[in-house]
Amino acid sequence: MTITLGHYLVLAAVIFTLGVFGIFINRKNVIVILMSIELMLLAVNLNLVAFSSFLNDMVGQVFVMFVLTVAAAEVSIGLAILVSYHRLRQTIEVEDINLMKG
Amino acid sequence: MIITGLCFYMFSTVIIASAVMVILSRNPVHSVLFLILAFLNSAGLFVLLGAEFLAMILVIVYVGAVAVLFMFVVMMLNVNFSAMRAGVLQYLPTGGMIGLVLLAELIFVISAWQATPAGLEVLASPTPINVTNTKALGDLLYTKYFYLFQAAGIILLIAMIGAMVLTLRKREGVRRQRVAQQVGRKRQESVEIKKVTPRSGL
Repeated sequence: MTITLGHYLVLAAVIFTLGVFGIFINRKNVIVILMSIELMLLAVNLNLVAFSSFLNDMVGQVFVMFVLTVAAAEVSIGLAILVSYHRLRQTIEVEDINLMKG
Repeated sequence: MIITGLCFYMFSTVIIASAVMVILSRNPVHSVLFLILAFLNSAGLFVLLGAEFLAMILVIVYVGAVAVLFMFVVMMLNVNFSAMRAGVLQYLPTGGMIGLVLLAELIFVISAWQATPAGLEVLASPTPINVTNTKALGDLLYTKYFYLFQAAGIILLIAMIGAMVLTLRKREGVRRQRVAQQVGRKRQESVEIKKVTPRSGL
């Protein structure tokens, strides 16, 4: 029952796919979409740490630190936009977000 | 070895189950709680992989900060979340198909991938032996990647200021202290000296 690099890569692939799937089925709810993005970032971090551990290279873990930093910044800005949008329009449904006529 | 394998399968089962619950649960508060569970278990996987510092960072940053932020926003916004669940079945086939295709592609890539022996020789910074994980990470982060580290700090600063600017609002009818006005007050404006003659009053 040796755990190889492949086990970790398959696990990360499954988590990443669940994140993508979550974005598709929660099309209306921005908060759950942000959580799905967090799941995808977690899968990427798991990949990086697994490679770093199995190939004996420290740089992967340094990169995970930067990914964590950017993920935290992204979540805080995203939620701040969400709060100010809700204050403006009293809704956060994705289909109602059409102020810029995009 | 057996223990490591058991731990891996336990952690990964819980992670996958809670990831499914994050995207499927009706109540966003439950989603946040399952997200916390997924992060805690992946911190366990990080410990198994020998990245103890990152495991602790994951617990502190994600569970302590990001998940609590999500929880605040979910509870603060007065939104009918159950109405948003409508139409899930409509998106299920497309999403499921794209998810399956993506998973199949990823697994094909993983099963076909092999590291070349020559590639294993070229490491950017090999993991030092007999050094704790935290010290090894710090040795790299504060020397070779120092400018990137500073840039990460600036990104966090900008995110902090941006979040404040986005959510700040001026409300009407709130009494505030005006320090400049208080400090700039002159003696003539506030104190008046009256001569009071005895037994006559003012």
